[in-house]
Amino acid sequence: MASRIDQDQVQHVASLAKLSLNDDQLKYFTTQLDEIIGLFETLNEVDTEGIEPTSSVTDQINVMREDVADNWGQHAALLANAPESENGYIRVPTIIDESED
Amino acid sequence: MNYFEKDLTTLHDDLVAKRITVTDLVKATFDNIATTDPDLKAFLALNKDAALKKAAEMDEKGIDADNVLAGIPMAIKDNIVTNGLTTTAASKMLENFVPIYDATVVKTLNSKGIINVGKTNMDEFAMGGSTENSAFHDTKNAWDYTRVPGGSSGGSAAAVASGEVIAALGSDTGGSIRQPASFNGIVGMKPTYGRISRWGLIAFASSLDEIGPMTRTVKDNAILLSAIAGHDDHDLTTSTKEVPDFAADLNAQTSVKGMKIGLPKEFLGEGVDQDVKDAILAAADKYRELGATVDEVSLPHNKYGVAAYYIIASSEASSNLQRFDGIRYGHRSKDVKNLEDVYVNSRTEGFGDEVKRRIMLGTFSLSAGFYDAYFKKAAQVRTLIINDFQAVLKDHDFIMGPVAPTPAFKIGEEISDPMTMYMNDILTIPVNLAGLPGMSIPAGFAKGMPVGMQLIGRPFDEATLYKAGYVFEQATDFHKQTPKQGGNN
Repeated sequence: MASRIDQDQVQHVASLAKLSLNDDQLKYFTTQLDEIIGLFETLNEVDTEGIEPTSSVTDQINVMREDVADNWGQHAALLANAPESENGYIRVPTIIDESED
Repeated sequence: MNYFEKDLTTLHDDLVAKRITVTDLVKATFDNIATTDPDLKAFLALNKDAALKKAAEMDEKGIDADNVLAGIPMAIKDNIVTNGLTTTAASKMLENFVPIYDATVVKTLNSKGIINVGKTNMDEFAMGGSTENSAFHDTKNAWDYTRVPGGSSGGSAAAVASGEVIAALGSDTGGSIRQPASFNGIVGMKPTYGRISRWGLIAFASSLDEIGPMTRTVKDNAILLSAIAGHDDHDLTTSTKEVPDFAADLNAQTSVKGMKIGLPKEFLGEGVDQDVKDAILAAADKYRELGATVDEVSLPHNKYGVAAYYIIASSEASSNLQRFDGIRYGHRSKDVKNLEDVYVNSRTEGFGDEVKRRIMLGTFSLSAGFYDAYFKKAAQVRTLIINDFQAVLKDHDFIMGPVAPTPAFKIGEEISDPMTMYMNDILTIPVNLAGLPGMSIPAGFAKGMPVGMQLIGRPFDEATLYKAGYVFEQATDFHKQTPKQGGNN
């Protein structure tokens, strides 16, 4: 059976999704994704000419509300969930690669 | 507390008559959990101190005789955020995440006097049908500890079925309330899309996700749905339609006489166990006996539901799960040299394989050059699936069929085969794609394991499902059978 997705494509998709795969995982996911995309392609049997796509089934359209902030004053509780913080701010590593100093 | 001898109404009577205090009820519930959960493993976290504190306050204040939910202990699926109580969605990514607000459903239940006893296990981010995708541990089926409880709301289903609690909240994106309800012999309702606020439900696939109640009886389920349904300014996909008092119509006069029921031939096709088919055909005969008509109908696009769903749900998931970037909350990798590493390594370490699989499937389906062939095609097929249901429900009051093709399978049996796992959802997924209400109720047994029947209704017509479910329940005794302690049925 011709493959529907190859390892290069899976690597590309993983990088778009900000995931990293080692060689074993790449093989494993490529086989599985290929099989699942094969399932996706069964949809080609269906004639959808002129059929409108459905993206949501809610009966609510363009509901407006006042833009009012609530649940204020939880700075400390919010910050407690941050992996690292300093002086009331969330701390992140430098954007420049430190390994290239 | 033996919850098998109680329902919400009789428990409420006991509380009002002071035959039991809220504190004793809450303590007894934690005793149930202490006895059963070391093996069953339905819970990820217990809320003991806060629960006992609230119980004491309620005892002090007295029970409102008009509020059937006052002082009732309940469990909450761990993808529904609870203020101050760790909420993980069964993911390493959120292992230490403590929400600073309550989901609307939790806020509503709290205000009605429900006591949250703890958070239940699930497949990571609700992706899976066996609870084996939890990053923390497996949960057992209440009827057989060597079998899965189903999923993704497996912890909630097992907790209710084993008698640890009388009710729990689950969520259902492709069958995650109905399938575990079926596997554990309880009642699970996935309401109409827009019936219940999703504010505070950790998003998986926003056009499909729905919260719903899981209980042992139809009436308890109806009571809870009426309590948590309705419009919410924080979720603008919620409907402004009035919410009926669903339980008010469930009594000795409730009948299915003259109702027209559709039984889709595709629901009894290839891949569905003979025992499951037999249970559903017997249920159809029971409905005929009770004065309804049941005829064979067709949902020709049903078989494309799984493919369309895994494109749509995965695409929405890949977008929703972008927020987990290791910056503001959630897991952050220690192994980082720059900002890009924070994103990539945190996500790679924090997500399990099933979540990665779905993120990649979604990213692929939405990526340049593939969008029309996959995402748009799936969205068009979704329209055809909706049209199929509309055609049948135009002249049928509801649709009946199995929930899942098989009863609960063995732990470890299917986890390494995602395709088989995905195909298990073939009978529940189309209901999410169409946004319809779907309910699982106990309808028999196959070699000692529960078999659920699915009732599917018109949009916002949960009332008919509850009536039909109630009448069936009163005419049968499947819901009265209970698992033996230790799951050795």
